[in-house]
Amino acid sequence: MNWDPLLLTFKLALVTTLLLLIVAIPLANWLAFGKSRIKPVVETLVSMPLVLPPTVLGFYFLLAFSPNNAFGNWLNEWLGLRLVFSFSGLVLASMIYSLPFMVHPIRSGLAATPPSLRESAYLMGRSKQNTLFKVLLPNIRPSMLSAIVLAFAHTVGEFGVVLMIGGNIPGKTRVASIAIYEEVEIMNYGAANVYSMILFVITFVILLLVYLINGGYLKRFWK
Amino acid sequence: MIALHAHKTLRSPSGNINLQLELEIGRGEFISLYGPSGSGKTSTLRMLAGLLKPDRGTITVEGYKWFDSDTGHMTPPQDRKIGYVFQDAALFPHLTVKKNLEFALPRHSDPSIIKELTALTHLDPLMDRLPDTLSGGQKQRVALARAVVQQPDILLLDEPLSALDAETRSTLQDHLLALHKKYDLTTILVTHDIGEIHKLSDRVVKLEDGKVVAHGSPISIFSHHQVSGKFQFTGEILRIDKQELIYVVSILINRDIVRVIASEDEVVNLKKGARVVVATKAFNPIIIPL
Repeated sequence: MNWDPLLLTFKLALVTTLLLLIVAIPLANWLAFGKSRIKPVVETLVSMPLVLPPTVLGFYFLLAFSPNNAFGNWLNEWLGLRLVFSFSGLVLASMIYSLPFMVHPIRSGLAATPPSLRESAYLMGRSKQNTLFKVLLPNIRPSMLSAIVLAFAHTVGEFGVVLMIGGNIPGKTRVASIAIYEEVEIMNYGAANVYSMILFVITFVILLLVYLINGGYLKRFWK
Repeated sequence: MIALHAHKTLRSPSGNINLQLELEIGRGEFISLYGPSGSGKTSTLRMLAGLLKPDRGTITVEGYKWFDSDTGHMTPPQDRKIGYVFQDAALFPHLTVKKNLEFALPRHSDPSIIKELTALTHLDPLMDRLPDTLSGGQKQRVALARAVVQQPDILLLDEPLSALDAETRSTLQDHLLALHKKYDLTTILVTHDIGEIHKLSDRVVKLEDGKVVAHGSPISIFSHHQVSGKFQFTGEILRIDKQELIYVVSILINRDIVRVIASEDEVVNLKKGARVVVATKAFNPIIIPL
């Protein structure tokens, strides 16, 4: 039994989720309260991964990041970044792929906070940034939890993007979903079943925990 | 001194409202803003607080321009030294009462003001509670104390007491008046309650359709018939009963119901729910100590 694909999957999901959180908070804040005219365009772009086949995304990443192309070549030569068939490439692609799952809950949570909360913080001399971190985010903990878990779980479950841009390099880009596909290809159903069962159970438990926490079921036991 | 000359077109479900406000308020005054819904009372507060940008005009406070549409300058709410009590109290749900009060404390200022205020508004037993566990009256008490912790020059109150029962309301009115005097505040209160206006304010500003239609002392605004009465009260007609040749009008004055006899001619102009002045001038009332 080779544990590498599973470990790699969770490492990828963890790194992606953490980086995504840093990007998504300012983005969700801007989408919730910004008044710019280009907002609808950005909203559309953020939501695109929800409807686009992951292979489309993967295909364009492959084109853009390939060292044979200008942009990929520039990244490679100037930053030493090789994003095709590498772990960092997977992280970047996963971030874009899971972006709506992180941004949407945070954005709806922020937009649903009563305006008077923000306004009273401003009148107390607090900056917008301070208000966001000290008042708004602590009050949308359920949305934050949903966002983090959905982004994590969604990254665990990705297949198409990884296959296109990451390939199937053991220990580097062969995540669990790809390993399952490969085991099935070579008729090794036993191994495929073990990987699948582990993913199934872990994601079930994670999502169940979210619903238990957000539904307030766990609090009843603490009290 | 606050001088507000502001124009603003507001879009609302019932059509556009044109605010054309010309208003001057002296330092240390207690002003009530009175008028029907949609007359621009809340918008007036929001413009003063910097939460709503006027289309045209100027807002000048103690010689400083807070807003000037000619230069495009607008002082952000953060720099206005305004305490604001919202209708929904707007306490931060994730912080205890104590933390809510501390949050409002300006940097480098003496935290002893929190102790002083909690004693004044009797908040000490509630300090470790979360806002969701407080009653409406308690929430507004915290919100009021929190607005004063900021040590503002101007205190703006947007119907903070409207959802409370008479007794809680009366206690909060006392707190409010005490704080207004002790901290030398200029206070502007939005309210529908004429009793509250009489009790608290030096001056009433009456708004209709976005314009100031009248201002003056509460008595001069609300007693349309200038009776040179020896005593007079405002109240609300609860019912009018016909009895033989006369009518008995039941009037709610503060929390007491008073029955007054009226003739048919007088009753013609009266209807249930109307606000009236009850005055007498021919007889001298007797005062009996309780």
